[in-house]
Amino acid sequence: MIPANFDYHAPSTLDEAFKLLSELGDEAKILAGGHSLIPMMKLRFAEPEHLVDLGGIPGLNTVSMENGSLHIGAMVKEAELEHNAEVTSKFPIFTDAAKLIADPQVRNFGTLGGNLAHGDAANDQPAVMLALGASVEITNAEEKRTVDINDFFYGFYMTAIQEGEILTNISIPVPAGKFGNAYSKIERKVGDYATGGVAVALELDDSGVCTRAGIGLTNVNPTPMRAERSEAALVGKVIDAAAIAEAAQMASEDCNPSDDLRGDSDYKRRVIRSLTKKMIAKALERAQA
Amino acid sequence: MIQCKTSKEIGGMGHSVKRKEDDRFVHGKGTYVDDIQLKGMLFMDIARSPYAYAKIKNINKDLAMAVDGVLAVITGKDLEQYNLHWMPTLMSDTQMVLPTDTVMHQGQEVAAIIATSREAARDGREALVPGIEYEVMKPIVDPFKALDDDAPLLRPDKEGQKDNQAWHWEVGQKEETEKIFAEADVVVKEQMHIPRIHVASIETCGIVADYDKVQNHLTTHLTTQAPHAIRTVIALVAGHVGLTEEKIRVIAHDIGGGFGGKVPVFPGYVIAIAATFLIGKPVKWIEDRSDNLTNSFARDYHITAEMAGTKDGKILASRMKVLADHGYTDGAANPSKFPTGMFSIGTGSYDYKHAFMEADAIYTNKPPGGVAYRCSFRVTEAVHAIERITDRFALEIGKDPAELRSENFIKKEDFPWQSPTGWEYDSGDYQAGLDLAMKTVEYDKLRVEQKAKWKEGKLMGIGLSTFTEIVGAGPSKDFDILGIKMFDSAEIRVHPTGKAIARFGTKSQGQGHETTYAQIIAEELGIPSKDIQIEEGDTDPAPYGLGTYASRSTPTAGAAAAIAARKLRDKAKKIAAYLLEVSEDDLEWEPGKWFVKGAPEKAKTIQELVFAAYTNHPQGMEGGFEATHYYDPPNLTFPSGAYICVVDIDPDTFEIKVRRFVAIDDAGHIINPMVAQGQVHGGLTQGIAPAMYEEIIYDEDGNALNGTLMDYLVPTAVESPNWETGHTVTPSPHHPIGAKGIGESPTVGAPPAIANAIIDALRPYGITHLDIPITPYKVFKALKEKGVLDKDITGFEA
Ligand SMILES: Cc1cc2nc3c(=O)[nH]c(=O)nc-3n(C[C@H](O)[C@H](O)[C@H](O)COP(=O)(O)OP(=O)(O)OC[C@H]3O[C@@H](n4cnc5c(N)ncnc54)[C@H](O)[C@@H]3O)c2cc1C
Repeated sequence: MIPANFDYHAPSTLDEAFKLLSELGDEAKILAGGHSLIPMMKLRFAEPEHLVDLGGIPGLNTVSMENGSLHIGAMVKEAELEHNAEVTSKFPIFTDAAKLIADPQVRNFGTLGGNLAHGDAANDQPAVMLALGASVEITNAEEKRTVDINDFFYGFYMTAIQEGEILTNISIPVPAGKFGNAYSKIERKVGDYATGGVAVALELDDSGVCTRAGIGLTNVNPTPMRAERSEAALVGKVIDAAAIAEAAQMASEDCNPSDDLRGDSDYKRRVIRSLTKKMIAKALERAQA
Repeated sequence: MIQCKTSKEIGGMGHSVKRKEDDRFVHGKGTYVDDIQLKGMLFMDIARSPYAYAKIKNINKDLAMAVDGVLAVITGKDLEQYNLHWMPTLMSDTQMVLPTDTVMHQGQEVAAIIATSREAARDGREALVPGIEYEVMKPIVDPFKALDDDAPLLRPDKEGQKDNQAWHWEVGQKEETEKIFAEADVVVKEQMHIPRIHVASIETCGIVADYDKVQNHLTTHLTTQAPHAIRTVIALVAGHVGLTEEKIRVIAHDIGGGFGGKVPVFPGYVIAIAATFLIGKPVKWIEDRSDNLTNSFARDYHITAEMAGTKDGKILASRMKVLADHGYTDGAANPSKFPTGMFSIGTGSYDYKHAFMEADAIYTNKPPGGVAYRCSFRVTEAVHAIERITDRFALEIGKDPAELRSENFIKKEDFPWQSPTGWEYDSGDYQAGLDLAMKTVEYDKLRVEQKAKWKEGKLMGIGLSTFTEIVGAGPSKDFDILGIKMFDSAEIRVHPTGKAIARFGTKSQGQGHETTYAQIIAEELGIPSKDIQIEEGDTDPAPYGLGTYASRSTPTAGAAAAIAARKLRDKAKKIAAYLLEVSEDDLEWEPGKWFVKGAPEKAKTIQELVFAAYTNHPQGMEGGFEATHYYDPPNLTFPSGAYICVVDIDPDTFEIKVRRFVAIDDAGHIINPMVAQGQVHGGLTQGIAPAMYEEIIYDEDGNALNGTLMDYLVPTAVESPNWETGHTVTPSPHHPIGAKGIGESPTVGAPPAIANAIIDALRPYGITHLDIPITPYKVFKALKEKGVLDKDITGFEA
C-alpha cells in the first residue's frame, strides 16, 4: 500500500495554484484532505505525477452567513461542519451527516469540497447538498462561475469541474420561514460507506404547509440523485403519515441501486423507504420545533 | 468468590495485578518486527497472482530490474536450484514457497523483489506484475464441486493423489448412532457453513532475516507464536543448505496480535531467509494489509449437523458430517493425530452416549490455512454446530432451550466423564454456570417480554450457548506437531538478591504472560510478582516449547512454572532446615517464608533462603537457585461457559442490536481476574465478528471480493455491546494450579449464542437456521423468502 512516486506542490495563493495546474496539465491532481485521493493512490488506482495541495491557500476554509446564504469554503473540514454552531444550529443535517462519515481521523482531514469534487455517489455530502439546494462556485484562472448542485454531478467520478479548475465555495440558501433538515444512512459497521442514505430538507409556511422539499439519496444510483417525485408528493400539503409513506415508497421505487456486497436492489430499496420515512419525520419535527 | 492465598505485596494468583507489559506499550516502547533496523538492510515485496488457477508462461524480470533501487527478483525457478521451492506445512502437507509453473490461488506469491527501500520494492512489484504472463485455467472454488468427475486434479504433484480429497477422518460409533437415528422419535438436521474468516490482527506478518556468512548463522526477527517450533521447521527446510538448528536463532519480539494466524510458516518468511542467505545482507519483509487479509484463513467448514432424541427432550445421539475447504494445501497447525483438531469435542456439554463424526478435507483454488483462530483446532466449528443443533432440537419439540440444556447436562458428579468421541472431560459444573447466567440476565422475564414484543410485530430473540471447551494441548501420548511433543517449559533463575527471571517456551501476543506467569511463580514461591521478570520468544536463551495458541500457555507452561517453583520451594525448605537447625518435617510454609511449626518467629524468608543458596548453603547441596521444568500434561483441560445473548431486530431495516450479552465462564482458578476479563472482552468481540460481520467472499473465478478492511468488516468498539461477564470456578483436578485457560472460550462460545438469539427472534416466521455471519441483509432475504415481507410485519401470536 505505497503510492507511486509523485511531486508535491504547496501553492500559497489561488493564482499560483492555477499556474501550477496549467503547467502540469493532466499529470496533476488537486489535493484537499487526501482521504479519497490518497487511498486510491495507495492502491495505485490513481498515479498522479504531481499533487497540488490547496491546504496553504488562505480564504478557502472559512464559513460565513451572508445575503441569506451559508457560504462554506471548499477546504472546510468535515469535523468543523460537525461542530460549528453557526452551521449546525440551522443545519443540524451537517452534524447528522458528518458524524456518519468514516471516523474522526478522516473527518479531521476530509473537506466538503473534496467530498463533492470526488464525484462519488457513495459519499454522503452530495445527497445533503441536493436536499439543501446548494450551489457551488468553480474558479479558474480567468473567472468564477456558479453551478447549481443539480448540474454538478456528471457520472462516476465526474463532475462539472474541468481541468485547471478549482471548486472554491459552496453556498446554501437559508430559508426565511420555518425549515428543518436531517440525514441518516444505513451502514454495515461504523465508518462504512452507505448501503443507502437519505437527506431531507423541508420548508413550511405559517399554516404548516410544505412549500419546498428537497430529498437527496446516497449510493443508490450511479450518481447522487434527488427523489423528485417524493419531493413533489410533499409540497403543498400538511405533511402527515400518509404523505410520508407515499413519498418514502416513491423514493424506494425511483432509486436505482445495484446489487453488491451491501445487498441486492430489493434490500436497498427497503432501506431507502425506511430512511426516507424517518428523515422526513425528523426534518418535519425540526421544522416545527 | 476469587480467594487469594498471597498478600497484595506478593501479588500471587487471584490478584488483579496491573499488566507489566502495558508500561512499555502505552509509552510506545514496544518492539515489533517492523521496528527492527539493521545496517545494510534490504527490503522485500512480493508480486502475487491475480488469478486463482493459472499456468505461469513467463516472468519478465527486466521490468522490475529497471526500477531504481531494485537489486534482485527471485522466482520459483531460482529457488528450485536450491530445492527451496516447496516446504512442508505443519500438517505434513506441502506448500509452494514460490511456484515454478502453476499458481493455485489468487494472491499466491509469484516472485519476490529485493530492493534498497520498501518503496522501491513496491515499485518493483508494480512494474513486475504486467510482466508475468499466465495461461488462466478454470478454478475449483466451490468445495462441493471439487470431487466431480470433471474436476481438474489440483495436486498432481502429490504422489498417489487421484482426486481433490486431502483426507478423510471419522470418529465415534457409526452403527449404534445410525440405529438410534433410525429409531428415534425426533430427528433434526441443519446444513451449516462456518464461514472462511481471517485472523485480522493489527500487526500483519513480517520478518527480518539476517544471515551472517562468516559465522554461518541466521537470526530471524519474526512474527511467530511458536518460535522454537519454527526454528525446527527452518532447520528441516534449509538444513540441506547448511542451516542446521544450532545455527538458527528465532526472535519473536512484541507481537501485535496472533490469534493462531502467526503459527504457520508463510512463504514470505522462507523467501526472505533464502534471500538473506544468498545475498548476505539482512532482508526485511512486512506483509501488506490486503495481502495479509487474503492469504490465509480460519474455519470454512460445511457441516451437516443432526441430533436424535425423545419427544420429551432427552438427547440420544448426534451426527456431524463435514466438508472442510482447505484451499490448495492443508496449512492448518493441528496436532498430527488430529486432522480436524478437536472437532470431535462436538458432543458438547450434554450427556449422551453415541455420536458419529466424519470429515472430508478438500483441495480448492483458495489460499491455504485452516488456522485455529483463537480456538483449539476446530473447537469453534464443533461448538457452533452442537449449540445450534441443540437449539434446533429444542425448537422442534417446543421446549425452552435453557430447560432442554439443563436436562441434558453432564452432571458435576459425573466427572471425569468419558465422551462418546474419546475425550475425558476433567471437571465441570454446567448447571451452576447456566443458573448464574439466567439469574444475571433475568431469563424468565425476558421470555415474557419476548411474547409481548412478538405480538406487536417486534423482533426480539434470546440465545444461549452452554459450551465445553477443550484446551491445553497436550499430553505427549497423543499430541505432537511434526513429531514434536506438545509439552511446554519454564525455567526460573532466582538471583542472590531474591529477584528472579523466568523464561518460557511460549510467546505472548497480548495475553499478558509477563504478568500472569510472574503471579504463578509468586503464588508458589512467595517472591513478589513485581520482582519476577518474564522472558519469552528468543530461542537462544529460552527453553524449548511449542508456543502460544489454542489456550495452551497456562495449561502447559503455566503448569511448568508452578512445578519449577515448587522444586525451588523444596530446595528453600532444605536450606531453611539447615539455617534454623531443625528437621524439614518441623517446617511449615506460608507464602514467602518457611517457619518452625508452633514458633512462627523462627522463620526464614524466601529472600533470605535464596541468598543463602549462594552464600551459605548446606555442604553437599548444589549451589544456586534455579529450576527448569518441562510439563507434559496428563490430560487436556475443559473450560466451559454459559452465555446468553438478547437481540432486537428492527422490523423495517433488520438492523440487529445486541441488547445484552451475559458471559459466565468457568476456567477453573483464575490467575489475574483483570487480565482474564480483558481476554473475555476481546474474545467476545471476536465472537460477534464471525457471527454478524466477517466472511471472506469469493466469486466463481476465485477472486476475493472483500480484500480490504473497507469491505472485510472487523467490528470495533462501536459494534461491541456492553459485555456482562462473570465466573464460576471449577478447578481442573489434574492441573497443578487448577487453571484451565480462558483465552479462547469467548471466541468459541459467543457465535452460537448470537446466532441462536437472532434465529430465536425470527422463529415466529418459520426460520430455523441461518448461517453466520447473520447480517441485516441476510435477515431480509430470509424473511422475504418466507413471504413475510409482502406486507409490513405487524405482529405474531406466539
Ligand atoms: C476509511 C474511509 C472511510 C470513508 N467513509 C466515508 C463515508 O462514509 N462517507 C463519505 O462521504 N466519505 C467517506 N470517506 C471519504 C472522505 O470523506 C474524503 O475525505 C472525501 O471524500 C474527500 O475529501 P478530501 O478533502 O479528503 O479530498 P481529496 O481526497 O483530497 O480529493 C478527492 C478528489 O477531489 C479532488 N478535489 C478535492 N478538492 C478539490 C477542489 N477544491 N477543487 C477541485 N477538485 C478537488 C481531488 O483532486 C480528488 O480527485 C471515507 C474515507 C476513508 C479514508
